[in-house]
Amino acid sequence: MRTVVVPRIGTVAAWRDHARKLAQQGVPADRVLWRVGGDDAADLFARDAPVPDRSGRALKLARQAIESLETALCHRDPERFARAYDIVLRLSDGTLRWGDRSDPSMHRLLLQEKAVRRDIHKMHAFVRFREVGRPDAPRRAFAAWFEPEHPITEAAAPFFARRFGDMDWIIATPDLTARFEDGALSFSVTETGDRPPPDATEDLWRTYFASIFNPARLMVSAMTSEMPHKYWKNLPEAALIPELIRTAPARARAMQDAAPTIPPPHVDRLRPQRQLPDTEGLTLATLKPAHDACRRCPIGVCATQAVAGEGPPDAALMIVGEQPGDAEDLSGRPFIGPAGQVFDRCAQAAGLDRSAAYVTNAVKHFKFQPRGKRRLHQRPTTDEIAHCRWWLDLERQLLRPKLILALGATAAEALTGSGAGLLKRAGTVEAGPDGVPILLSLHPAHVLRLPDAAARARAEAALTRDLAQARELALR
Amino acid sequence: MVKRTLSEKLAILADAAKYDASCASSGGEKRSSGDGKGLGSSGGAGICHAYAPDGRCISLLKILMTNFCIYDCAYCVNRVSSRVERARFSVDEVVQLTIEFYRRNYIEGLFLSSGIVKSPDDTMSDMVRIARTLRERENFRGYIHLKTIPDAAPELIEDAGKWADRLSVNVELPTEPALQTLAPEKSAQTIRRAMADVRARREASRDKSHTGKRPARFAPAGQSTQMIVGADAASDGQILATASQLYSSYQLGRVYYSAFSPIPDSSKLLPLIRPPLVREHRLYQADWLMRFYEFQPSEIVSDGGMLDLEVDPKTAWALAHREQFPVDVNRAPRETLLRVPGFGAKSVARMLEARRHRTLRYEDLTRLGCVLRHARPFIQLPGWTPRQLDDANLRAQFAPQAEQLSLF
Repeated sequence: MRTVVVPRIGTVAAWRDHARKLAQQGVPADRVLWRVGGDDAADLFARDAPVPDRSGRALKLARQAIESLETALCHRDPERFARAYDIVLRLSDGTLRWGDRSDPSMHRLLLQEKAVRRDIHKMHAFVRFREVGRPDAPRRAFAAWFEPEHPITEAAAPFFARRFGDMDWIIATPDLTARFEDGALSFSVTETGDRPPPDATEDLWRTYFASIFNPARLMVSAMTSEMPHKYWKNLPEAALIPELIRTAPARARAMQDAAPTIPPPHVDRLRPQRQLPDTEGLTLATLKPAHDACRRCPIGVCATQAVAGEGPPDAALMIVGEQPGDAEDLSGRPFIGPAGQVFDRCAQAAGLDRSAAYVTNAVKHFKFQPRGKRRLHQRPTTDEIAHCRWWLDLERQLLRPKLILALGATAAEALTGSGAGLLKRAGTVEAGPDGVPILLSLHPAHVLRLPDAAARARAEAALTRDLAQARELALR
Repeated sequence: MVKRTLSEKLAILADAAKYDASCASSGGEKRSSGDGKGLGSSGGAGICHAYAPDGRCISLLKILMTNFCIYDCAYCVNRVSSRVERARFSVDEVVQLTIEFYRRNYIEGLFLSSGIVKSPDDTMSDMVRIARTLRERENFRGYIHLKTIPDAAPELIEDAGKWADRLSVNVELPTEPALQTLAPEKSAQTIRRAMADVRARREASRDKSHTGKRPARFAPAGQSTQMIVGADAASDGQILATASQLYSSYQLGRVYYSAFSPIPDSSKLLPLIRPPLVREHRLYQADWLMRFYEFQPSEIVSDGGMLDLEVDPKTAWALAHREQFPVDVNRAPRETLLRVPGFGAKSVARMLEARRHRTLRYEDLTRLGCVLRHARPFIQLPGWTPRQLDDANLRAQFAPQAEQLSLF
């Protein structure tokens, strides 16, 4: 039997070195006794131990396994070193799979890893520094006393070094003391259990703690499950808790019993008034707020905003799409999403100047179905198209274009009364109710939906032809 | 007026901030002060530094810059018509409190909100100044969450996103009409546009331009929002539908649900009630099901419907869809396993991993982290055959005995 003594400081690293050497020498797990010693890291192996007659091996472990093992080794369980050594041997042999919880040792180790993680997390949360130097010193100095459940000081300290890089600090625990001075982190065995004296900011912190508490939602068990009593003695705010709990029901009742306030008379003068949009005397430039406020159909309440038409008020060509999509809804501008980009590409190829045309949609709000973090476009219903036609008709009256280009079935339905058979009707001109000719075409989104590249190219060419025709007809 | 001390201001302005549920400090940019030149770190899991007896964690210094306000939102303790005591912090006071609390490891950073004084722009620019001072003068690398004011100018939002980790705008109430009645100065549309603006700016900040130049940072920890529950007549179905619209539209990190809680000096418009804490809890559970368990809101609760207060929403769904159970733990796909009560996302991941090596037995499940008390009636695998699925009393196993849950 061998006895291996690992030091109190640098325990995990020492275990790792020993485990590697023992494995190389082929020492089986049941032939090693592990013990944590004093500060003396020197006594390596007991000399009388014979080297067993077995072939040694080099340990090879996955990174995840190493991290978990090293965390679990910060548990206070005295058996942890032997268990971890047994596990690494079996992992190297291939007789144990990392993470296999049906193996009792592995299960135990993973549970201990979790307990240590929690303890480290709680240390990061509940250490309370007190200022021990002068507040105007170039590097301010703080100290804390903390009592963790496991020997985690070394594992928990680097967090504080990353967080409090511009100050000196000491965290003393019953076992080890971590020191951070001028950017260097060091550890020593704790000699006295002296707590640093309280500082004045603690009173402010207690004021905050008492004020942020809502007595109407007292839930003591929710507090104690996350902040167990064992930590309270080193938390300056914890002394307030019993009194806060005791007085909470009466404070909540007092709020309920108090009569509602009669507002003081000057209040109405202070309150700003929100202007409702004017629906009288609308022009193309003032349509947007009126669209925004429209609730004739239920689409509007879900959308970010309405998307109004865009273009010169005397444009000869009016281009009508279906409805805004995700990008249009966010920005408030028509035809800027993926379909808008197809449109722009085709318009350029057709020599059509988009900025000279008035571009709008048959439906002004984005209709969608939420799906996780995305919105799926939904086709507006005939009712919704009919409600929104009021706005479209108003735009036609205000603009009086020479030609209207209807892109897609929704626009065709809004402008001609029918969106059916569009594949056949595309490229043809129909007469509108007010005599303005309507050129029908497919929606640019149709191009995007086609699965194969050749069909996409054909559809894009057809759209380009229609746009070129629109340009000619509008110029004439 | 007598000049208030810092401690008096802190008491008033923390009290005024406690109705905001958000306290997250996780995610976002990885920063540290290991170089010795600044203070603070962020980007990890987020830490709750204390818990108040209301069970809420204290992670950030959550305060109002001022509780003076020209708006008259009926549910709010700080509305213009309330006679609550008023105070205002100076920029330096907030900076000093944040730094001194942070140095003592009380907090992860600052969550700053404010009443609207003078105008939205004035208020927002003071808040931005606080964040900038923390970052530039104090070299503060901890977490900053700013509550943005929906009507503020776009340049101010741009600046806010430059200094803060997270921005948020509260939608306050689940429906437009309720907001119109209870918060007449606010506009649901303006709030949604503010959220759309934050999403668009965040996306732009992550796109490298074609020259390869990195755009300025913008709210790396994203945005969140809060809805008050129980102040208006909205059903749980409406609340969850609104939440899922918001998640899908604005890429929110979180939607917080805050039970309408009694306030000192209440409004005649809105009588005080006991805070519906169980309802709030069920909404959070339902929210989890939507985000991590692939449930659609309409599956959890019908549009006008309410969540079952006695049984958690996942169990309620399972009880109502018994024909889809029992689930064969060794064969079912991930989506199906996720629907089993008592199976969490982590335990399902472990099951799938373990299944690649061997057949799972009933005895294995506890070690994988499953709650068998909940899962038992809905699963089958070697070592276990469920017998209770047809039992009319199955629900009674999950519903608690009649007990007083509120502590009034």
